[in-house]
Amino acid sequence: MTHPFLFLQWLEQQLHTHVGEHVTYTWFVMLVLIIVAFLASRAVKMIPGGLQNFMEVVVTGIENLVEETMGPKGKAYFPLLATFALFILVSNLIALIPGFYPPTANLNTNVALALTVFVMTHIVGVKEHGFHYFKHFMGPILALAPLIFIIEIIGHLARPLSLSLRLFGNMYGHEIVLMIFLALVPFLLPVPMILMGVLVAFIQTFVFTLLAMIYIAGALEEAH
Amino acid sequence: MEFFAWCMIAAGLGMGIGSFGTGIGQGMAIKSAVEGVARNPGVSGKILTTMMIGLAMIESLAIYVFVVAMIILFANPFTEQVMSLVTK
Repeated sequence: MTHPFLFLQWLEQQLHTHVGEHVTYTWFVMLVLIIVAFLASRAVKMIPGGLQNFMEVVVTGIENLVEETMGPKGKAYFPLLATFALFILVSNLIALIPGFYPPTANLNTNVALALTVFVMTHIVGVKEHGFHYFKHFMGPILALAPLIFIIEIIGHLARPLSLSLRLFGNMYGHEIVLMIFLALVPFLLPVPMILMGVLVAFIQTFVFTLLAMIYIAGALEEAH
Repeated sequence: MEFFAWCMIAAGLGMGIGSFGTGIGQGMAIKSAVEGVARNPGVSGKILTTMMIGLAMIESLAIYVFVVAMIILFANPFTEQVMSLVTK
């Protein structure tokens, strides 16, 4: 129930290297992003035009979102969050081109992304508060701390699970729906599904980035 | 072989029940968001952001059901056991 033809997978079979399709397509997305970033910032002008203009709009949009959600302290985490947003968006959108497989439709890629967010929140928390970071897990009343501690730990462990499974389920479900519709009626019927795929790609990127922001902002704020 | 028929039924019914509750939940969330925007259109941006997060949280319930359905259909852990019992 995957794509009938993936050109990078074909290329990989010719070379007899045993790399999964999500890995090759992740490399492809990385290559695209690096080339676009290089081309956009090669000759930076005061009055931007063409690709630089477009990239400035994208980066400014993400920057405003970060500042709105996290406040002035969040500026330091802008590179990480913008990388998440651009990588996930491009990975989701290449699913719409025939012969391309979205790396986010594989659980391994998403777990890697979600674990990065999970580890990052705790590093940020310890860096910001030192030993007092553990007050975040204690709750407001000291007598209830042992109970709250267990609940908080479970809540924190559920974060990477829900982050990765949400993205995976959305992208993989879209792939499967598209493939089933393509097998049933190949003529024009998959087009509304592809349109919905564009919507899903943007919304899931937005949700993942926003949740990463909220988690990091939660680690930044003072314990109540 | 009846095992696999029941697997299909379980996956289909589970997806139906899961999306039923998720649909009601998302409908209620959107209802409240639209009411809020109708009363105070000035804060529509903030309401949209909050609604999106909420919708994603609610939606993940259906996504979990979908993942479980996919595990039942394509990666059933009991397939080998059942096949060995059948061929015995």
